[in-house]
Amino acid sequence: MEIIEIVSLGIVTTIIYLLIKDKQPAIAFLIVFIAVLLFFLYLMQYIQQILALIQHLGDKANINQVYIKTIIQIIGISYLTEIGSNIVKDAGLDSIASKIEMVGKLFILILAIPIFHSLIETILGIFPLS
Amino acid sequence: MIGDTGILFQVAGIGIIVAMIHTVLKQMGKEEFAQFVSLIGFIIVLLFVLNSISDLFQQIKSVFFLKG
Repeated sequence: MEIIEIVSLGIVTTIIYLLIKDKQPAIAFLIVFIAVLLFFLYLMQYIQQILALIQHLGDKANINQVYIKTIIQIIGISYLTEIGSNIVKDAGLDSIASKIEMVGKLFILILAIPIFHSLIETILGIFPLS
Repeated sequence: MIGDTGILFQVAGIGIIVAMIHTVLKQMGKEEFAQFVSLIGFIIVLLFVLNSISDLFQQIKSVFFLKG
């Protein structure tokens, strides 16, 4: 039952945060930061297994490796954006968090350009215009 | 398995000790030393966090093929 570890880590972090918040607000914020990092480090092990499954299925279906890799990179960028904006939001800076999310969305769009390009090429190949 | 949770308690200990030293120095009337101790404690904790965040970003880079 690994969920018990996660729940207890959250509760312990909350108690330590409440203990230190009044005396040292900066260090209390860094404790929250460390807890967030530990949660995401924990998640990464399982995400690795899921991504291996996705790659395996892609290989079985004979999908070009480039597409699978692009999708996985997009998922990675969205996770990184989530981590960054969550940490900044915890500190109360909502405006910077929304800017991080904006840049993340833009980078996802940039990564998707090659796929979109090949889609357009395929469509133009099917309907030979002029 | 969840990773190295000891760092959480280390940081909590540093926070409590720094708060204690801060209070004692303030009682003694050495305000500027108290501020200095707070700053040093924050920097030490920040170094811990830096190592941890570097680990996380390296792992994300290797898992999601985000090299380069």
